[in-house]
Amino acid sequence: MSEPAADFSPDKGAAPDVEMDEWLRVNPLTMMVHMARMLASAIIPAIAVLYGAASSEPDSEGLAAIAPWFVPLFGAILGFNLLAAWVSWYRLRYRVGDTDVRLEQGVISRSARSVPYERIQDVSLEQKLIPRLLGLVEVKFETGAGGKEELKLSYVSEAEGEKLRETVRALVDGETAAPAAGVSASTGASPGDMAAEPAGQTLFAMDTKRLFLFGLFNFSLVVFAVLLGALQQLEFLLPFDAWDYIADIFRDDRIAEAGELMNGYSTFAQILAILYAIGAVVVVGMASGVVRTFVRDWEFRLERTAKGFRRRRGLLTKTDVVMPVHRVQALVVSTGWLRRRFGWHGLSFISLAQDSGGANHDVAPFAQMEEIAPIAHEAGFSLPDERADWRRASADYYFDRAVLQALIPATAGLVLLVLGHAIVAVLLFALAGLLAFGEYYMWRFVRHALDPQQVLSRRGWLAPRDIIASRVKLHSVEISQHPLARWRGYCTLRFGLAGGRLAFPGLSLDDAREMRRAALDSIAAVDFAKLPR
Amino acid sequence: MDTEPLTQLDPAYTTVMRIEGAIIVAPFLIVALGLGLAGAFPAPWTWVPMAVPVLIALVFVLLVPIKRYLSRGYHMSSDRLRVVKGVMFHADTVVPFSRVQHLDVEQGPLERAFGIARLILHTAGTHNSSVTLPGLRHGDAVTMREEIRAHVKRESL
Repeated sequence: MSEPAADFSPDKGAAPDVEMDEWLRVNPLTMMVHMARMLASAIIPAIAVLYGAASSEPDSEGLAAIAPWFVPLFGAILGFNLLAAWVSWYRLRYRVGDTDVRLEQGVISRSARSVPYERIQDVSLEQKLIPRLLGLVEVKFETGAGGKEELKLSYVSEAEGEKLRETVRALVDGETAAPAAGVSASTGASPGDMAAEPAGQTLFAMDTKRLFLFGLFNFSLVVFAVLLGALQQLEFLLPFDAWDYIADIFRDDRIAEAGELMNGYSTFAQILAILYAIGAVVVVGMASGVVRTFVRDWEFRLERTAKGFRRRRGLLTKTDVVMPVHRVQALVVSTGWLRRRFGWHGLSFISLAQDSGGANHDVAPFAQMEEIAPIAHEAGFSLPDERADWRRASADYYFDRAVLQALIPATAGLVLLVLGHAIVAVLLFALAGLLAFGEYYMWRFVRHALDPQQVLSRRGWLAPRDIIASRVKLHSVEISQHPLARWRGYCTLRFGLAGGRLAFPGLSLDDAREMRRAALDSIAAVDFAKLPR
Repeated sequence: MDTEPLTQLDPAYTTVMRIEGAIIVAPFLIVALGLGLAGAFPAPWTWVPMAVPVLIALVFVLLVPIKRYLSRGYHMSSDRLRVVKGVMFHADTVVPFSRVQHLDVEQGPLERAFGIARLILHTAGTHNSSVTLPGLRHGDAVTMREEIRAHVKRESL
């Protein structure tokens, strides 16, 4: 899967020559994509209809009776859809203007959307499987309005998408001297920057070996859920009734037979069989993790270009996202309980733009800390070390939590003990103890710190998750207390962070006030419009 | 910073909250009156359903408005606005003027009748994307808005 056509940056040194101030239509091949998608979604119902018709009448009268109608019927549906695809293509047009990007669409009711350049956070390109085969890309203009309100152009040709992105990004950054004057002016303004996408310095990349390792840690049993779901959906295609079959297994004592068979084996063989079953589940889980990781993160590459960070990844759906450096609001360093033992961490950026549904942009999903540190440095952050002034939350807060968590199982255990179910009661007491113990460990491991430029948060016991936010990029500070917290003298400190959440529960009031004062002084000193852009 | 005196809201805010409470009580009152007139309960208990609206009225007309009024307050300094609220659940929010994206002054019909308004500060943060300060005299709200706007303008020039 490495054909040159899939590469986003065609090797052209020419300036982008997107037509300015002119209404354009998207690529006509878009109609093909819509048709293909429609056919794909129509195939399963069509099979269902055929199968139903064929099986309802065993003497095949039914199929023969309706067969002559199939071709004209499907032809009509196909034709109608083709017409609809053409009309919607014909009625959709876009314009890259002086001050905004506009999109008009709709057949009967027209909708016109205008996105001013100042509000465009980012322009990203995405290729799903079918558009990719046709050489088309979807261009998304991210505004940070929460995902669905962005402006999407589906689909334009790869070269056109790249040009559009360059032009709009240049306009957003205010690099074009006179947008109205068009192409020649923009080349004159900044000749160096206008090369298709200057080959950046690669900050992070994952080769196949790394991907494979990452996949092993992405152990997932989702494949079983998918299989069950598919079984439910496509049941009618199976030559037997799956649920009846499963019911039969129980009814006919096939399980009991298997059990008796097991009893016949020696203890050693039984243990071996159980180990085999566990091993099979682990292998399937790891294999599905590897497959999912390969599909999502194939050829993962993070580069530092003149405009910001550029990330490319994907096997079937290729994505190409550019994040301007100043739009990075905070960093998240996360890990897993097992991968942490081997020093593997993941780095993502919190920004206003969305990343295929997720709020954070993965920039180094599986890396060692020495690889993460330079990326964080490029983004203008510094990773915390043990010298930072780490503080814990109020012990009272975790004590209260431990009591509240353990209360229900402990009470239930007590009741059961009185009723005479000793074993269950002991188990419940153990659960209560475990929950309380967990809170004790949370108190030990959850911490926060304030350094001259940043606010730091570390949460989690087995898999700590660090959030590193720049102090000047915070927007508000709130100290809140519920009745219990007021009685016990602790509070929750929340910072307004664009595109993410940053909260510190259970701080002592003095600590929270000190953090608030320090953060507010940094915030108030720098105006929003003067934030590094 | 946490010791500075908070400015109280306009007393008319209490009246507005009382009227809003009365609006909550109204449907319960109508149902209770209807039940009483229809004689749904036997003789000595005919007017028992009235207990519900009376209880709600006690809480939402007498108790809550004054408690809420007393718990709320704000403090405006040269570069930030602090909004304090909450009878049971306290929240103490500070918004620096330099992070204000835009400002609203809003009035509902009741608020207009009593000449009070809400000042709303919008920020770019996900949490606290809009901070509302209700119960200001309309003139004060407009003055505060102008002041904050002037600050935002001056800073970004």
